[in-house]
Amino acid sequence: MTVFVIRRLMQAALVILVMSLLVFFGVHVVGNPVDILINPMFTQEEYERAVQSLGLDRPIHEQYVVFLGNALRGELGDSFVFGQPALELILQRLPATLELALAALLMAIVIGLPLGVWAGLNPEARSSRLIMGGSILGFSLPTFWVGIMMIMVFAVMLGWLPSGGRGRTVDVLGIEVSFLTWDGLRHLILPALNLALLKMALVTRLARAGTREAALQDYVKFARAKGLTRRRVVLVHIVKNIMIPIVTVLGLEFGTLIAFSVVTETVFAWPGMGKLIIDSIQVLDRPIIVAYLMIIVFMFVIINLIVDVLYSVLDPRVRLQDIKQ
Amino acid sequence: MSGALEAKPAIDVLPVERETVPVATETPLRAFVSDFIESKVAVGGFALLATIVLAAVFAPWIAPQNPYDLGVISILDGRLPPGAEGMDGMTFWLGTDSMGRDMLSAILYGLRISLGVGVTSGIIAVGIGLCVGLLAAYFGGKVDTVIMRVVDLQLSFPAILVALILLAVLGKGVDKIIIALVVVQWAYYTRTVRASALVERRKEYVEAALCLALGTRHVLFRHMLPNVLPPLIVVATVQVAHAIALEATLSFLGLGLPITEPSLGLLIANGFDYMLSGKYWISFFPGIALLVTIVSINLVGDRLRDVLNPRLQK
Amino acid sequence: MANHLPTLMVENLKTHFFTKAGVVKAVDDVSFAIDRGEIMGLVGESGSGKTVTGFSIMGLVDPPGRITGGRILFNGEDIARYDDEQMRALRGRKIAMIFQDPMMTLNPVLRIDTQMIEAMRAHEKVSRDEALRRARAALGQVGISAPEERLRAYPHQFSGGMRQRISIAIALLHKPDLIVADEPTTALDVTIQGQILYEVQRLARETQTAVIWITHDLSVIAGLADKVCVMYAGRIVEHGPVDDVLDRPLHPYTKGLIGSVPSQNERGRPLAQIPGMTPSLLSLPKGCAFRTRCPRADALCANDPEVTRPIPMREIRCFHPHLETAATGGA
Repeated sequence: MTVFVIRRLMQAALVILVMSLLVFFGVHVVGNPVDILINPMFTQEEYERAVQSLGLDRPIHEQYVVFLGNALRGELGDSFVFGQPALELILQRLPATLELALAALLMAIVIGLPLGVWAGLNPEARSSRLIMGGSILGFSLPTFWVGIMMIMVFAVMLGWLPSGGRGRTVDVLGIEVSFLTWDGLRHLILPALNLALLKMALVTRLARAGTREAALQDYVKFARAKGLTRRRVVLVHIVKNIMIPIVTVLGLEFGTLIAFSVVTETVFAWPGMGKLIIDSIQVLDRPIIVAYLMIIVFMFVIINLIVDVLYSVLDPRVRLQDIKQ
Repeated sequence: MSGALEAKPAIDVLPVERETVPVATETPLRAFVSDFIESKVAVGGFALLATIVLAAVFAPWIAPQNPYDLGVISILDGRLPPGAEGMDGMTFWLGTDSMGRDMLSAILYGLRISLGVGVTSGIIAVGIGLCVGLLAAYFGGKVDTVIMRVVDLQLSFPAILVALILLAVLGKGVDKIIIALVVVQWAYYTRTVRASALVERRKEYVEAALCLALGTRHVLFRHMLPNVLPPLIVVATVQVAHAIALEATLSFLGLGLPITEPSLGLLIANGFDYMLSGKYWISFFPGIALLVTIVSINLVGDRLRDVLNPRLQK
Repeated sequence: MANHLPTLMVENLKTHFFTKAGVVKAVDDVSFAIDRGEIMGLVGESGSGKTVTGFSIMGLVDPPGRITGGRILFNGEDIARYDDEQMRALRGRKIAMIFQDPMMTLNPVLRIDTQMIEAMRAHEKVSRDEALRRARAALGQVGISAPEERLRAYPHQFSGGMRQRISIAIALLHKPDLIVADEPTTALDVTIQGQILYEVQRLARETQTAVIWITHDLSVIAGLADKVCVMYAGRIVEHGPVDDVLDRPLHPYTKGLIGSVPSQNERGRPLAQIPGMTPSLLSLPKGCAFRTRCPRADALCANDPEVTRPIPMREIRCFHPHLETAATGGA
């Protein structure tokens, strides 16, 4: 097991390195690093200083070393607009985005899984067809439109929930979280639901397909032949088998959740990373774009790693196969 | 044991009456169509889709107004609710936007652009995916590994992110957004094509064809391609819907298409600000149009998948 | 012969499948009885209905199929009438089943001990320790060494033969009165097959468990069973003690089956085969289903043959049984 984890860690580090090379290439070689990293409104003096600290006056391979060194130290340039280090700005907004994404993930599983298993066990029932129809909707509807509709219905017409922004936050271990306050929860529900819909539909469909397939397998028939109750057959035999593909997909899709938060945050004015990047693109605040890229790559690699490990925990066949190699 | 099996079976002497259930002979195409139309929902979806496509294609002829002809629109007609009458007697069935444009016409033109961009990028991406995927599957080895590494790398990032960054770099324009959409889609098609092609490659008929020393191109196109197409068609249908949704999202966020050629996404974005003041129609109707388009494509694609999926056929 | 209730008595069982293409009469009027400790072979080609018979007894026939007629008397009670919960209480406890493909009958993501313990807990309240103790004993019973490690392992870590032994161990956990074994050795190689056959025979004798052994392979039945039923197209065409049937087959189909076994054929001569193919269950010929391939068929065979007893203890469905060869044997 440890061997497995270490191997995956090394692979992850490699990918991050490769990505950093790509980003570096994109910024320093393809693009004009001066345009991208140095604020056009700098005075001559500030300009010289920036060039020096970024190492732009040195040969290219040295520039990469400087870049890497800076990156490891957390210096990915200063925002043109805010004047603060880009990385700092992004990290400030990270908890908000994570909170949204995690809430959405939770909703997707808690609602999607039971619905999908039910639909898989009773494929011909009316309720199942309804569920599947609903999942097609959840899948097809563009997130931003659903968000707009949600605001229109719940905030404007019914007035039950606020139309945007983040609620009151509470400090937990130095991180601001909003789900611990009622006000915070109220503000969290709509955007989280909005973000969750896509994944919910996915989970439902996966669960249904998986359940349908699993229910036809010999081991289910054998389990029934042993006299196990239907409940146990479903909950233990079937669900455990379908959890594997679901967890894998969800894990990988968590990254998409974070990416899509860009949309939800814009619609609901949620102060996360996503909103920041969109605003930055609009005003061409390039250091933020670069820093965002690096952070996202890093996060994705970590997520993939966690999913891999989780997958091997759930499916014992994978563990042994890997060690044999 | 002697003699028992030497007597001739009486098959040709007796006319055998069978309790048979007659089954009409079916070609694969007919079987496919009859399977497909079993789902009324899917047929409905298909009809809807056909209507939308026709409306989009013939938009310049059927729209009451050309919303981009500055000489026709008047700002005094701005923000009128659905059903209202304009300055020169024209009825705005779906209301007008802030500039006085007829929403119905704007939606028809917007559909045109949305569908156009989505389908064009889809076709190009499928083309690339087919070529690269088939090549990877056929040649295997190093070629395959390299291609798949690239594909995997790209697919590990969500489409919206890739598109976002690309458009941040490229700027606005119809061609730019098509490029972004193609870049986002090609990898998925490649992977799908390669997967089916690999399965086909291992099948005996390919080995047989290769033994007969048929050329590479011949094997690729005449043998593997037709078997690779069905899953590809299913995937492509759903992907086009995604591409359209993605384009709408990007336009909503203000990237991609310029204001002069608004797709449905941009129309929705324009109307977002007016939502809170009750002028819902500026966002709502384009949204419905987008919705209906995507849902109908998905309905058709979904049914295609059920019909063409060998695993669920018992 | 038996003056107590037979463990299983199937009377005129009919199981039909209502599919889009038509009604498939998978089991069409099947009757037999098994006593305590008896091993009965149910022989037939694929599509003959033997597996569906097994499933019908277990109550595991899924839609679009269902039992449409007849009785299944298990220790005197008609279990064809049982509801879901009543059948569930029987399954695994009084009637157990062993499946054909050991690769897929054990759940790949659950450990062996989990799968054995749940089989026990489905019918009894046992502590985990007690359950583990019994599991170890059961594994020992089927000849698996080092049961401790085996229990903590996953199915894919075992060979096919081992997995089948584990399935048998699970089947025996509650000391059932009847075991339905559906081609348990078909997927294994011949040497393992021999071992499994021996184990089952030994265990059945020891515990006086009745066994239905479903197979297409006559040679398996020869050394194992006490009596045999030959099935064709959903019906039993011949029934009798194993040695009798194999030495002096009455039904032309049985004769053909025996004749086509390679060891029965002379070297150098073409392999005898039954001409034609098994008919599709959707379009059976009227009357005797075998007549399209039978060398003895005539106009009479267009009628449904009833079950007859030309000799004591032998039943067949045929208008033209091979009585001439039987006449020379003992009564």
